[in-house]
Amino acid sequence: MQKLKEKFKNISDTNLLLLITIVVFFLMYIGAVVFQGKGFLKPQTFFNILNANAALILLACGLSLVMITGSIDISVGGVTALVSMCCAVYLDYQGGNVFVSMLIALGIGLAFGLVQGILIAYLDIQPFIVTLAGMFFARGMTTIVHTNPFNVENPNFVALKETRVNVPGMGSVNKLGVYVPAYVELGVLVALLIVLALFFILRYTKLGRNFYAVGGNNQSALMLGINVKRTKFFAHLLCGVLAGIGGYVYFLHVGSGAPSHAQGAEMNAIASSIIGGTMLTGGVGNIIGTFFGVLSLSTIQNIVSSAGLDQAWWTGITIAAMLCLFLVIQSVVMARKKKQVKK
Amino acid sequence: MKKKSLALILCCSLFFSFLGACGANIGSGMGDHATEPATEEEKLTVVGFSQVGAESDWRSANTESMKSVFTAYNGYELIFDDAQQKQTNQIMAIRNFIQQEVDYIVLAPVTETGWDTVLQEAHDAGIPVIIVDRMVDVSDSRLFECWVGSNFELEARKMCEWLRWFCVKHNILAEDVYIADIQGTIGASAQIGRTEGLQKAAREYGWNIVATVEGEFTRAKGYEATQQLLLKYPKMNVVYCENDNEAFGAIEAIRDAGKQVGSDIKNGEIMVLSFDGVKPEALQDVLDDSISCIAECNPLHGPRVEAIIRKLQNGETPQKYEYVDEDVFSAYEEIENVIVDSKEYPITLVTPELIERRRAEYDTGSYVEELPDNVY
Repeated sequence: MQKLKEKFKNISDTNLLLLITIVVFFLMYIGAVVFQGKGFLKPQTFFNILNANAALILLACGLSLVMITGSIDISVGGVTALVSMCCAVYLDYQGGNVFVSMLIALGIGLAFGLVQGILIAYLDIQPFIVTLAGMFFARGMTTIVHTNPFNVENPNFVALKETRVNVPGMGSVNKLGVYVPAYVELGVLVALLIVLALFFILRYTKLGRNFYAVGGNNQSALMLGINVKRTKFFAHLLCGVLAGIGGYVYFLHVGSGAPSHAQGAEMNAIASSIIGGTMLTGGVGNIIGTFFGVLSLSTIQNIVSSAGLDQAWWTGITIAAMLCLFLVIQSVVMARKKKQVKK
Repeated sequence: MKKKSLALILCCSLFFSFLGACGANIGSGMGDHATEPATEEEKLTVVGFSQVGAESDWRSANTESMKSVFTAYNGYELIFDDAQQKQTNQIMAIRNFIQQEVDYIVLAPVTETGWDTVLQEAHDAGIPVIIVDRMVDVSDSRLFECWVGSNFELEARKMCEWLRWFCVKHNILAEDVYIADIQGTIGASAQIGRTEGLQKAAREYGWNIVATVEGEFTRAKGYEATQQLLLKYPKMNVVYCENDNEAFGAIEAIRDAGKQVGSDIKNGEIMVLSFDGVKPEALQDVLDDSISCIAECNPLHGPRVEAIIRKLQNGETPQKYEYVDEDVFSAYEEIENVIVDSKEYPITLVTPELIERRRAEYDTGSYVEELPDNVY
């Protein structure tokens, strides 16, 4: 018991917040299974959450990176819409191939990351303002590229979109006697791979440690000889690229281009990040937590909608309650840290 | 330290008790069904309804209509999902419906495109899908059982015919008609049909369309757009709003700008045309000559969808595309009917009695009168 207490005392802020996130997610899911039964017992319900949120996971990962360095990026939703519209137009009107469309997506993400990164890191402009402009620009450009929503009919793309990875043994037979297989979309695999990659980058590479150092305390990072500007720039660059990839995954999920795509996605990404234990003040956060943050957010939405609480604002209210809770937990953790420093 | 961890535990327990309270509510909600005999429970037909959101009066009336029909009393259990204008939410909702093993899926799609995959999934799982309101654009029309909704272009053409006859009767030359089109949400079927209908009519009759701007089907946007249009195009004398909420905003903006709303466009009044006619208030505006003409868009889909489900349960095949009957409302007696595609459509004269009846319908979410025969 004493040992456990000792361990709890020594656990880092990041890990403590991560632990809370994961525990909350599992409790919520178990709660859903107990109270809702039916749908939630089936593995495919969980996979559906993954399928629907693969893009959001990527966007939230990007946001976690910039938030760890103490910055913010609200252009990711706009970039997602722009990427899906550009790729859709390219694939349908230019008869292009799928590989090039992926490059387009990456290119757009890279361009946004590059420009915003330079403006924020080297010209020292407020990240909120820069990315707000980025968001407006991306949304505007999306409508300029094409106004009306439309389906992509490029056969190669459709084939890619329909590609599914079946999870054996997880399907179920419904009451009509039809076997409904369990599956995940390709985007989910991409998202999982990137989550793992980012986890290792943050934990084991110099760049990753620098992110935490810069976000934790700008001045001391500078004194440690860390190139603060370059680190900030890299965070925004990575976030842009992730928005590009996320945009493509989103595009792969819906298979159409529309100006209204990914409306409000940036806010969901920020919320997921915070639920996942990333602090807006910087220096604290974990990609695995972000991953669970997205899952928690989506599980709440699922619970609310399948509970027959038909007014959509219930989702908003529960998410708000959850955010509040996590912000309180974060400030408690901060207070704990301060006390430790005093000692 | 101790204090802090205590605070933490308190926070957690607070949150979970909140969750628990939600859960208890849900539990008791289910309990309502449990009080009915078990055999009854089995018979309930489960219908999953994925609605676009609650952006306009039309939408709310549409939701209300569905809810009032699919009740436990009528032998249904309705799982309602509000997608908040997001297609990804709707895709998710349909997938959840499949997992929850509903008997029928009713979908009011937010946009026309991007439905092939998920409808294929529902089809594979053997669950019939009924589309309401907006159309879906899928490669294989077998993916959905049938569609119920309005012919938006016809609505627009009826409206334009009315405007033409109004101009003729009041000696207004076509080149003196300056129309501003306040569009709905870009890409929605209603917007596409209503814009197209106006464009065609304007070309045919020689009206001037001074501007085409987006109004997103909301009052706020309608107000904003009209405000700007009034400054930019002083000649504008007809505001063509693609739904009632936009029209309410437009009327407000015109009055705030110190101008007159009304049909007498020869004497500087600005005419407002609108669609939907859902709220009794809209018809009251017609009676007051604030809105000159409304082409109705009927939101009461519940009874029709229920009829289709009953047909499907009896093994019959419903009609693939079912257009609902819709009126045109105006307070001018001189135009009794309009002709579109050599078919005659009567213009319904708005009277205080009509508004009273409407109010009753609006409150209950279903028709006071019997449905016309051709619906079933």
